[in-house]
Amino acid sequence: MSSSARRSPSPTQVGFSALSRRQLLTGAAGAAGAAAFLAACGSSSKTSSPVTTKAAGDTATTKAAAAAGTTAAAAAAAGKATGSLTFGSNFSDEKPKAALQAMVDGFGNKNVKVAINTVDHNKYQENITNYLQQPDDVVSWFAGYRMRFFAAKGLVGDVSDVWKNLGELSDAFKKAATGDDGKQYFVPLYYYPWAVHYRKSLFADKGYKAPKTWDEFKALADKMKSDGVTPLAAANDGKWPQMGMFDQLNMRTNGYDFHVSLMAGKEKWTDDRVMNVFKHWQEILPLQQTGANGRTWQEGANALGKKEVGMYLLGTFVTSNFDPKKDATAQAIIDDIDFFNFPEIDPKIGADAVDAPIDGFMMAKSPKNADAAKELLGYIGTAAAQEAYLKIDPSSVAASGKASTSGYSALQKKSAEFVGSAKSIAQFLDRDTNPDFASNVMGDALAKFIENPSTIGDILKSVEEKKKAIFA
Amino acid sequence: MATDLTSVTAPRTRRRRRRFSQLTGRDKRALFFMTGIPTLVHVVFVWIPTIATVILSFTKWDGLAPVSKIHFVGFKNYWQIFTVFKDDIYPALFNNATLLVFLFLGPTVLGIVLAYLLDKNIRGTAIYQGIYYFPVVLSLAVVGIIWKSVIYSPSQGLVNTVLGRTAEGHQTDWLGTQTKVFWLPGVEHSIGVGLSRNFAVILIAIAWRHAGYIMVLYLAGLKSVDPSLREAAAIDGCNEWQAFRRVVFPAMKPINIVVVVITIIEALRTFDIVAALNSPVGMQLTSLLVTRNLLGEGGGNVGRGSAYGVVLLLLCIGFIIWYVVNNFREESR
Repeated sequence: MSSSARRSPSPTQVGFSALSRRQLLTGAAGAAGAAAFLAACGSSSKTSSPVTTKAAGDTATTKAAAAAGTTAAAAAAAGKATGSLTFGSNFSDEKPKAALQAMVDGFGNKNVKVAINTVDHNKYQENITNYLQQPDDVVSWFAGYRMRFFAAKGLVGDVSDVWKNLGELSDAFKKAATGDDGKQYFVPLYYYPWAVHYRKSLFADKGYKAPKTWDEFKALADKMKSDGVTPLAAANDGKWPQMGMFDQLNMRTNGYDFHVSLMAGKEKWTDDRVMNVFKHWQEILPLQQTGANGRTWQEGANALGKKEVGMYLLGTFVTSNFDPKKDATAQAIIDDIDFFNFPEIDPKIGADAVDAPIDGFMMAKSPKNADAAKELLGYIGTAAAQEAYLKIDPSSVAASGKASTSGYSALQKKSAEFVGSAKSIAQFLDRDTNPDFASNVMGDALAKFIENPSTIGDILKSVEEKKKAIFA
Repeated sequence: MATDLTSVTAPRTRRRRRRFSQLTGRDKRALFFMTGIPTLVHVVFVWIPTIATVILSFTKWDGLAPVSKIHFVGFKNYWQIFTVFKDDIYPALFNNATLLVFLFLGPTVLGIVLAYLLDKNIRGTAIYQGIYYFPVVLSLAVVGIIWKSVIYSPSQGLVNTVLGRTAEGHQTDWLGTQTKVFWLPGVEHSIGVGLSRNFAVILIAIAWRHAGYIMVLYLAGLKSVDPSLREAAAIDGCNEWQAFRRVVFPAMKPINIVVVVITIIEALRTFDIVAALNSPVGMQLTSLLVTRNLLGEGGGNVGRGSAYGVVLLLLCIGFIIWYVVNNFREESR
């Protein structure tokens, strides 16, 4: 079942100082976000239980304690919580699962017994609504609309206390963790950008250059085609990977603001501007792998690994498909993968909006062991925990600003810089809009478009009608 | 409905009371528990949820808000699923119908033929039975995954390997391609009603399992047919086909009813195999529409999901009531 295990990222801003106020107001909750911003500034009450990260023996912990002053300070105050804690995990693929275990092992408060309950990633998401009604104490989830949606329904616990001690996380992350009511409901672990991945050696051999504009991109793809390389990998099993292509094309042709507004259900899908997105998509469809709908993202990654394809638009988790423990050539492939920003289509719009989702954790609405849950979440928000995770699954970037980057691969370093310098950080489609609309309407619509591009007019008409019914 | 029930139950209680008089007090208590408890369980777990589904199909509710927040919207959910969501429901109904017809013409007939042949006590019959029955022990979800990775995988699957189509750029994507094998005539193509290639392909995997199931059922039935009937038919000069058609088949009536009902239910409730394949477009099924609206991230449309559920319920009980009633009417004639 790992075929489509890694589902897309979520809408969120992983922003840094470069974020402007306008960009903070993301998604459907634009207005609510503003309220959240104000409320977050004013909220202060109740002291929290101190965050525990005893820098005991654990290599990761020690390293982090050295790197992070706050962590060390927090570690001084020993955790008070005791008892057992259940931890619901959707980190079901091999590497993420081991990484999560390593992170939890590094939890300093040994008086708390943490039991990790791992569920297949897709199943976890399919059952989330039921699950959250009787959840584990700490649960895995995504930032953004997807988190705010459940927070607004009162299904998850307020962790504003925990955030008082999360000094290592920038304001942008705090905003991404804030619900419509201004309280925090989420603690981020890592984020990763979506970009066009390619093999450095292939580009060097054939003299390809990373394109900056749409025309260069198409010219490069044509050249690859004439060289006998399929220019673009395309997967869509699970009906989410191609949402990344839609996001990028829409943000490049119509800009970030229109994208946000479209996701919020405020624009017409029959608008010429949306049609324009699909016109551009049609230009590159012949350059993509055929039969995308039945291909898992892992199969797409394998094609990149074998250099059967030249480029692959995906999250940086593409590298997690290659496991050096199982395959001797995997490390060489990982080291050979690089990415470039999705090219500019309209010079007036530019190319400074990226998809960069955040994954992390929430607390149950009424956890059996709230003290321990908050302590653990406090720990997860530190460099120590995030480094312990990324050491085993280095396909993303730590949320903590204090996390040591010395262990980062070139790709991780580039990811951090890439997201840091983006002007607008968007959300992945299925994390950015009403979940009903994303999974029941857009997934099917994009799959139909890929199969029958010429029917896009009918498809968009149907999307618009369904949007009206769902957002009503 | 209510008046029907009372008119039916009234005479029955009278009859039962007469019968009960012949039983001892202990018998009565035993009977009460033996019928009462299963009835209670049935009502609580089947009828109450069914009635709740029907009621919820007329409401708008996200499944999370308190029950007091449920409000009635009349037939809006039904109106929506047949207009706004027409490109979901019609292809789903068409696929369910295709599956039904296919199961009868293909694996059900095949299962009967296999059973008939294996009933001849040919050598190694147990081995054949084992081979044909084997897929039945697997859940359809597992069947889906086996066929997806072993048979239909574009780059490593058996079919593409045999056809020599495994090279990048030449692969056939069996389970992803929703190209229509044929369109249902007279329906606008944008609604997407027609047999998709990926659905046609998955029918074969379903048949692989269903044939074995029917074979076992039928084989058990054949064993119970009195051999003297066949001998008599043979003496009267029937050939093999005539003996089956005129003697064995009618004698198998109870099994035939079971086979028909099981096949209808299988066709309408099929869910797991497509869900295990991540429900590609082209493989829409009514059961998938129910679940994806009720559960999951896109869930929380209790009203719309329930309306799909009611459509499915009506189809299931409609078919079965029609068949059973027809059959008993024939019998009483």
